[in-house]
Amino acid sequence: MFDLSGKTALVTGATGGIGGAIAKALHAQGATVSLSGTRKEALEALAAELGERAHVLPCNLGVAEEVEKLVPDAEAAMGQVDILVNNAGITRDNIFMRLTDEAWDQVIAVNLTSAFRLSRAAVRSMMRRRAGRIISITSIVGVTGNAGQGNYAAAKAAMIGMSKSLAQEVASRGVTVNCVAPGFIATPMTDALNEKQRESILKAVPAARLGSPADIANACVYLASDEAGYVTGQTLHVNGGMAMI
Amino acid sequence: MSEIADQVKKIVAEHLGVEPAKVTENASFIDDLGADSLDTVELVMAFEEAFNTEIPDDAAETILTVGDAIKFLEKNAA
Ligand SMILES: NC(=O)c1ccc[n+]([C@@H]2O[C@H](COP(=O)([O-])OP(=O)(O)OC[C@H]3O[C@@H](n4cnc5c(N)ncnc54)[C@H](OP(=O)(O)O)[C@@H]3O)[C@@H](O)[C@H]2O)c1
Repeated sequence: MFDLSGKTALVTGATGGIGGAIAKALHAQGATVSLSGTRKEALEALAAELGERAHVLPCNLGVAEEVEKLVPDAEAAMGQVDILVNNAGITRDNIFMRLTDEAWDQVIAVNLTSAFRLSRAAVRSMMRRRAGRIISITSIVGVTGNAGQGNYAAAKAAMIGMSKSLAQEVASRGVTVNCVAPGFIATPMTDALNEKQRESILKAVPAARLGSPADIANACVYLASDEAGYVTGQTLHVNGGMAMI
Repeated sequence: MSEIADQVKKIVAEHLGVEPAKVTENASFIDDLGADSLDTVELVMAFEEAFNTEIPDDAAETILTVGDAIKFLEKNAA
C-alpha cells in the first residue's frame, strides 16, 4: 500500500517543519523528490540526509519569474513531476484594521499565487500522461477564519476553491487535486508558546496533543498514492478533532 | 491535400475518437466533433508534439476548426 517507487515529487517549503516531513515521507515510500525553498544550505542538508533520489531546487516563490522556472527545473532534474506539493507558506499577522497592503500582497503571492502558477505548470504534462497528484497545504483557519489572520485565512480558503475548480477540470484525465488542512502542528513556531498558551490550545483539541509534521506528511502520502485515485477536490483535515467539518 | 492536413486530421480523429470522415476542414472541434474545452487544449498539445512547434495561448484560442489548425501549422511548422 501507498508505494511511491518510481514516482517523482516536487515539494515547496521543504526547509520548513512540515515540508521537510512531507519530503521525507514521500521519499521513504520510494519517490524521487525535488526539494524547494529559499535557503539553499538547509535544502542541501536535507538532500544529504535523504541520500539518493533527492534534488535541490532553490526558488523564491515571491518572484513570478522564479516560480515559473521551478516546474521546468524539476522536470529537467527528475524527468517529470508526478506529485506536486504546494506547502510553502508564510504568515504576516495583524488585526484587520492594521493589515497593510504589503502584508496582504506578500501572503497572497507566496501562499496562493505561487500555488496557482506551479499547479498550472505541472498539470500540463500530468494531463498528457493521464496521471498526477496535486496536493496543497491549506489550514484549518482557511475554513474557520481566525482573528488576526485575515490575509492568511483568505489565501488558505482561496487555495481550497482553486483546488476544487482544477479538480473538476482534470478529474477525467486521471489527475487528482486535493488539500490537506493542518490544525495545530508542533513546529519551532509552537515551541515558542508558554505553558499557559499551550494549555488553552490543547483544551480545543479533543486528541489532547499538538499534531506532528509527520501527521501531515502521512496524509500527503495517502493522497499521493495510487490508492487515493478516486479522491479529488477534497480537503483532508488533520487536526486531532479540533474542528469537525 | 497537404501532408500536414493529413496528419492533423489523423490526430484529431484519434484524439477525439471520431470517424475520420467527420473530420473535415470546416468541422469545429467543439460544435461538430464533441470536444470539450480541455480536449481542445490537449489537441493543441498533441499538435505541438507532432509538429515539434510551439503554439502560444493567444494563437491556440483562434484555432477552433480543423482548418484553423491546418492553416496555422502550415504557416508555422518547420
Ligand atoms: N505549523 C502549523 O501549525 C500549521 C498549521 C496550518 C497550516 N500550516 C501550513 O503548513 C505549511 C508549512 O508550514 P510550516 O509550519 O512547516 O512552516 P515553516 O516551518 O515556517 O516553513 C515554511 C516554508 O515555506 C518556505 N517559504 C516561505 N517563504 C518562501 C518564499 N518566498 N519562497 C519560497 N519558499 C518560501 C520556507 O522556506 P525557506 O525558509 O527556505 O525560505 C519554509 O520551507 C504552510 O503552508 C503553513 O501555512 C502550518
